[in-house]
Formats: sequence, C-alpha cells, structure tokens
Amino acid sequence: MSGLLLVLLVALIFVVLYQVARSSEMIASIQGEEIFDKKRNKILAYSMLVVYAAFMIGIYCCHLYMMPLMAPEAASDHGQSYDFMFKITIYVTGAIFLLTQFLLFWFAFKYQRTGDKAPFHFVHSTKLELVWTTIPAIAMAVLVAIGLKSWFTMTDMAPKGAMQIEMVGKQFNWISRYPGPDGVLGKRYFTNINDKDNILGLDWKDQKNMDDIIVPNGELRLVKGKPVELIIGSRDVIHDVGLSHFRMKMDAVPGITTRIWFTPIFTTREMQEKTGNPNFVYEVSCDQMCGKGHYSMRAVVIVETQAEHNIWLKKQQSYYAQNHPEVNPPAAEPTPAPKDTTKQITMK
Amino acid sequence: MSNEATIHQHDVHTHDDHAHHEHAHHEHKQHFLTKYVFSQDHKIISRQFLITGIFWAIVGGLMSVFFRLQLGFPEETFKVLSTFLGDWAPNGKMDPEMYYGLITIHGTVLVFFVLTAGLSGTFSNFLIPLQIGARDMASPFLNMLSYWFFAIAGLIMFVSLFISTGPASGGWTTYPPLSALKEASLGSGTGMDLWLVSMALFVVSSLLGGLNYIVTILNMRTKGMSMTRMPLTVWAFLFTAVLGVLSFPVLLSAAVLLLFDRHMGTSFYLSEIYIAGRALPNVGGSPILYQHLFWFLGHPEVYIIMLPAMGMASEILSTHSRKPIFGYMAMVLSLIGITVLAFLVWAHHMFVTGMSPFLGGIFVLLTLLIAIPSAVKVFNWLTTIFRGNIRFTVPMLFALGFVSLFISGGLTGLFLGNSALDIHLHDTYFVIAHFHIVMGISAFFGMFAGVYHWFPKMYGRFMNNTLGYIHFFITFVGAYVIFWPMHYEGIAGMPRRYYDYSSWESFKQFADLNQMISIAAIIVFFAQLLFVFNYFVSVWKGKKVTTKNPWNANSLEWTTPILPGHGNWDGPIPEVHRWAYDYKDNGEGGDFIPQNVPLRDGEESH
Repeated sequence: MSGLLLVLLVALIFVVLYQVARSSEMIASIQGEEIFDKKRNKILAYSMLVVYAAFMIGIYCCHLYMMPLMAPEAASDHGQSYDFMFKITIYVTGAIFLLTQFLLFWFAFKYQRTGDKAPFHFVHSTKLELVWTTIPAIAMAVLVAIGLKSWFTMTDMAPKGAMQIEMVGKQFNWISRYPGPDGVLGKRYFTNINDKDNILGLDWKDQKNMDDIIVPNGELRLVKGKPVELIIGSRDVIHDVGLSHFRMKMDAVPGITTRIWFTPIFTTREMQEKTGNPNFVYEVSCDQMCGKGHYSMRAVVIVETQAEHNIWLKKQQSYYAQNHPEVNPPAAEPTPAPKDTTKQITMK
Repeated sequence: MSNEATIHQHDVHTHDDHAHHEHAHHEHKQHFLTKYVFSQDHKIISRQFLITGIFWAIVGGLMSVFFRLQLGFPEETFKVLSTFLGDWAPNGKMDPEMYYGLITIHGTVLVFFVLTAGLSGTFSNFLIPLQIGARDMASPFLNMLSYWFFAIAGLIMFVSLFISTGPASGGWTTYPPLSALKEASLGSGTGMDLWLVSMALFVVSSLLGGLNYIVTILNMRTKGMSMTRMPLTVWAFLFTAVLGVLSFPVLLSAAVLLLFDRHMGTSFYLSEIYIAGRALPNVGGSPILYQHLFWFLGHPEVYIIMLPAMGMASEILSTHSRKPIFGYMAMVLSLIGITVLAFLVWAHHMFVTGMSPFLGGIFVLLTLLIAIPSAVKVFNWLTTIFRGNIRFTVPMLFALGFVSLFISGGLTGLFLGNSALDIHLHDTYFVIAHFHIVMGISAFFGMFAGVYHWFPKMYGRFMNNTLGYIHFFITFVGAYVIFWPMHYEGIAGMPRRYYDYSSWESFKQFADLNQMISIAAIIVFFAQLLFVFNYFVSVWKGKKVTTKNPWNANSLEWTTPILPGHGNWDGPIPEVHRWAYDYKDNGEGGDFIPQNVPLRDGEESH
C-alpha cells in the first residue's frame, strides 16, 4: 500500500513539474522568446554563483562534520610518512581544485551573454599552453619523487630482527601463525590442509613447524617499536590484509606469497588514551571482495610492549601440541639466538 | 531496400564525386521492421543504443537504490526489496549474496552497457557521419549487427538476474578464483557463465562498432573536411574506437581463459586452492594474470567512457559560449596523449597485489603523466568560456557541470595513482568516490549535455527546458552530496563492497553519514527518472524545431534537413571550407560561420 502511494506521489510530482514546465514555456511565448531568454540567462548566471557558494560552504561543513570521525594519527612509522605525503598531495590538489573551480564558476557568471558584447576571438596561445603544460608537469614530478621514495622504502626488505608473522585468509576469517621459539616458520602446503587438525596445511616432516603457534581467529600480537613482517597467503580466493590504522594493505593471493612490513609505534592502550575511546581497537579488514562474508572478515591487532608480548607467548601452546596431546613434546628452549632474516621462508 | 542503402554506400566510396551525387529518398518504401528495428540508418541505430542505454541505466540505478537502502539502513527492513528481489530479500532484508550480485551487475551494466554502448554507441553513431559529411557508416550492415550483438549481450545479462543461483557476484572486475569456483559463492555458478558469455558478445558488438567508426572517419570525410577541420567530437570518437579495438580483445581472452578454468579443468588462474573441504588439483596458474588481462582493457575502458564526453563537452562549451574552442591542436594532442598513456597504466589498479615494486614505480610515473594532458584539457575548456557570451542552455549547464566534476574526480586520481598513497586508499570508499565522480557522473554529464544538445537533431523537437534545468541542479548538487563525503570515509580506511559496517569499531561511526548518502542517492535517482520522462514526452510532445540550425552551430549536422532521412542530405553533401569552430563576426552581424560557408575574400583559414 505504501509502495503504491509512493509511486503515485512520484507520478504526481512529475505531472506537476511538467505542468510548471509547460506554463513556463507559455509565459515565454507570451513575453516573447527573446526577452524571456535574456531574463532566464541572467537568472541562471546568478544561480551559478549561488551553486558555487553552496558548493564551497558545503565542502567546509562536510569537513567540520567529518574530521572528528576520522581515523586517529597513523600508528606505524610508514603510516607517519604516509600522513605527511598525504598532506602534501592535499595541498597541491586542493590549490588546483580551488583555483579551477573558482575560475569555472566565475567565468560562467562573468561572461554570461548580455546581448551587446562582440564575440571575442581567442583561438590559441602557445605561451599560455606551454605554461599550463609545464606547471602540472613539474607538480607531478614532485609528487612522483616523494611517492616513489616512500614506496621504495616501504617495499624494501624488512630490517634484520623483524618479527615474522604469517597471516592467511580463508572464507571468511583470518588465521595467524607465529614462528614459536625457534623464530622460523615451517613449511606448509595446501594439500596438507584439513579443517580438523591442520588448518594451514603444515608439513609435519618439517621440524620447524613443531613449535609454530596458530591463532585461528587471526589475532595479530605486535610489539611496539619492533618491526614486523607479515607473510601473507590465502587458502581459497583472493583476500586482502587491510591495516587502516597502520596505513598498510596487501593482497592475500592463493599460490603466491606476499609480504609487508612496518613498525607499530603506539600500543593499543596508548591509542585508547589518545582517542579517548576505551573501546578502540586496531582492526584488520578484508579489503578484497571475497564472497558473501567479505564484510565480516575481521581480525584484531593488539600492539603491546615486549614484556606483555613475552607473557602472552609463554601461555601459547604450539599447534602441533594442541592437536597431538599424546606426543606433548617438551617446550623447546626459547633461544634468543640472533635470527637470520635473510633466510627465506619457503611456504611450499 | 537494404540493398539500395548498401549500394548507395558504394557510391559514397568514390569519394571525389559524391558531392555531385543526387540523393533520393527511399523511406516511403520501408517497412516498419526495417526502418525502426533492423535499421541500417546510423541515426536510428544511435537512437536504439540510446534507448537501450536508458533502459540499462534505470536498471543499474535501481540496483544502486536497493543496495544503498541496505548500506544506509542496515537494521531496517523494506517491503520494496521483497517485492523486487523475492526470496533474495526475505521479509524485506536483503541477502548478502544478492547484495554482492547487485553491486556486481550495477558496475557491469553502468560501465559497459550505459557508459560504453549507451554513450559512444549513441553519439559515435549519430555524429560521425553527420559531422564529417557522410551519408552513413562505412558498413551500415555491421553497424546494425553491432547493435544487435549488444542487445543480445544485454538480454543474457538480464536473464542472469532471474536464475536460481543469482547473477554474477564477484564485483564488476570478477577476479578469479572467486569468480572461477562455484564453491566460492552462489553467483559464481551459472550467473558467472552468463556474465562471461554476455561480455564476450559485448566485445563483439564493441569491435564491430569501433572498426566501423575508425574506417568511416578515415575514409568517408566530405570534400574539404581534412582531419584538422573535424570537430573535436569526431576526434574523440576516433580515439575512443581505437582504444576499444585494441583493448577489448584482451578482455575477450581473459573471459575465454576464465571459461576454460571453470569448465575445462585448466589452471590459467588457479593454483594451490583449498575450498569446500578439499584441495583442488590446479597448480601453476596465477590469479594475477587475470587482473593484468582485465585491467589491460579495464583502464583504457575508463577513457573509452571519458573521451566521448570530453569531445562533446568541448563542442558544446564552444557553441554555447559563442567562442572557438581554445587550443584546438592542443586538445587533439592531449587526446592522443591520453590514448597512448591509457595503454601504459593498467597495473596501477594492482599496486597491492604484491607486484614487483620496481614495476609499481614505473606505473606510478606513467599514471601521473596522464595528469598533464588532462590539465591541458581543463585549462583549455576554462579559456574557451573566458570572455565568451555564454548562453545558459541546458546542454551548456551540463557541460559546465562536466568540467567541474572532471576536475574534482581527476584530482583524486593523483592520490590513487601514487602507489605509496594507494597502499592505504586502495579498495576503500575513496576509490568509489574517485571513479564515480570522474568517470561515472562526469561521463553522465557529458552524455546528458549531448542528449539535450542533439535531441533537436534526433527528433526534430526540443526537450523541455524547465525540466532540464531542474534535472541539472538536482543532479549536480546531488552528485557532490553523495560522493564528496565518501572521500573522507575512504581516508579513514572504510573498505568498499561491505554489506554492513555496524560491527566494525573503525567504521561504524559513519552510520549517520551512510544514511544521508542513501537518501541523497534515492532523490537523485528519481531526478533521473524526470529526465527519462522528459525525454519520452518530448519525443512526441516537445516544442518543434523550426530552423535547421537552432543553436547557431558551425558543424555539418546542422546543414541537414530538420529531420534528415537515411542518407542525411537531400541534395549533394556540402563541401567544407573551414574548421568547425569559426565562432566570430561573420561580417553581417552574426557570430558564427558554418563549415560549409566558403572563405571570404582575404579571410585566412584557421
């Protein structure tokens, strides 16, 4: 019933608008097209000014409304340089935006047809065209330079001593794996996977797997000030590890290993104080469409101090031990031996 | 009768003497079917493309209304959803599978059926022969086939909405493995097959059309119509067609390989997958290969959408400012620049796939280079209206709106094209805002400008002005209200393609905003229906055009009779003596000199 009413209402509005439109054409023919056109042209020229004013005020109000809702300061060192670069790009594009929109609306108003002006013949000017080819070219060169510097830093190899954590996506949750006391992630292969006792397909012939810790809800435990490298994979379709607070993101592609690294600079607790939101939590969102549960593919990141991290680590049981209680291997000695980060982890 | 038309075309091929050719009407002999349905007249075909495009725009727009209801009011139920979606929205609550189906088809339909076929199909067909002085396309028959392949592609896509597993639902880019494995989502079943077949047919349509446009422009220009005297619309259509002809076949190959992976057991895109409780036998393929193939079309595709809009905006800004387009050669060169660069930037859609950082760097550089020709175009448009005598007709307003939107949307491209910034903004609402403004809304504005401007030529009647003005203001303001705040959501990291944000601590604060956006989107949708209403009422009831050249424009289409028959000119095709933008004192108090007017004594050609 309400649907029908709505349709009727819309139809009614259309009919009314059409009648108004018709009558305005009637007025035009009574007044004489030319006079009417002149009048209308003037009104429309002024309305361009009104639209422009509304546009600018709207942008300003939108900004005021949005700013308190935005994400807090970046929580990683990459994120900090990201925020800086973002600011520069905003200034450059913002200036061009304000200038060109102003010119567009101002010209539209200023050069409305009044009827008695002679047409101005201005066909081409090499000088002007050179100016507005070169200036954008220089601005682009600057943006590219800053961008590439930042890009090559963040895509460079992770520094020595970085923590390594594996993050694997599946429909529709994340699974994280920590290397355990030996500091090395063991081999895994997709044919070993089964959802009962080997959700990542670890290869039990590889001794390095024995102490690996798996967190099935994908929780990431990071240490403040310590670089972390995420080794990213997928079990089924393409997912994406989205770390909006750290300004990082990387696809999880089946059959391919991808990686990102960054250094968290605020613990979760510090961030809760900073934002004044006791519920604040770092979240991992899936940022690549992966099916009907895409929107619910969430994991939590906890950034803590080294001491807290150690306590947490101690409480964890290796995935092997969890699933083979009869074996129950003695917990390997936590060897803080210098880790060889150049050794590549083979995922296959 | 169709033979006559074809034979007639052969006459036109003898290029030098066609001006002396006496053209005869054949319309009175034509049956309704051959005149309006299986027509080979480029003007009828263009209207077929336009009306089919309008149909798809309504379907795609309605889909966006439905998923905006879900996004704006995730807690509510809507009876209208049950009415339209049936079991996909039990008790008025949309199923997530259908949500993803709707966003997928919304994207596919708007990008390919509306803004490719509906835009360049309509205006390339309509304007190329009329503006270069040809009686029809080089091959009217292939031209007709082009439309019918499009129609069948559309029909198949439409059917896919009604099958029990639903339409394709992997996003309009349909990345495998999600789209390759029927276990991965319901929409990856039969719906995906229909999607692929539909796209394959669409590629055929697009190639038939594109080849025809290129051949026509290169070979069938009237006497005196050198390339540099062509209106910028025709230049834009030429490069659009070149882009399509070179890139659409790659999409076809991507689609064929995907069909093989789906049904023939190949592993082009599949490797090391464990799904639905078993490990698949496929190893060695790469899902990233698909993305390369897809975006090799996908990026040129956005210029396939933009260039016609740019061309028409150039023409309309010049005509209604009563001033020549500023920097004609720079405009042509920037079109060439955009066309070449369009092929070299596709991987900027893939910065976060783990591609080689060095390669990423190259694509950053090439991507930001596109800003230069784009900036040249914007400044030239601004200078075109500078010191003009602007008539605020409806097409002029839409062309001005086009420039505003193109600036706003183009600038945000500088963020996304820069990989170090993209790594945060990728697949967030910032992307949604960027491409909807720059290639969605602004291309629509170019299209609306074109429809309002050439409607008198199409139907011999005007569209209603007052409704046009209402349409413009609601759409222009609405577009910014909808998409501007989305930039902020994206900067905050809010991912796109989410069905519900309410359980996310980082994104749930935008609930009120999403609601506001949804309401604005629904209003703007109804304003578009006002346009459709205006269009169809004006076809029959609009104010009649009484002069050949109602806008006082220079290009050749305005030298044809008010309602030209098949063949366009009653007498010989006019000869061209000057460029298309001689908006200047004609010595008799007028402010324009059409292209077919010979140079005056001592007058220099541009």
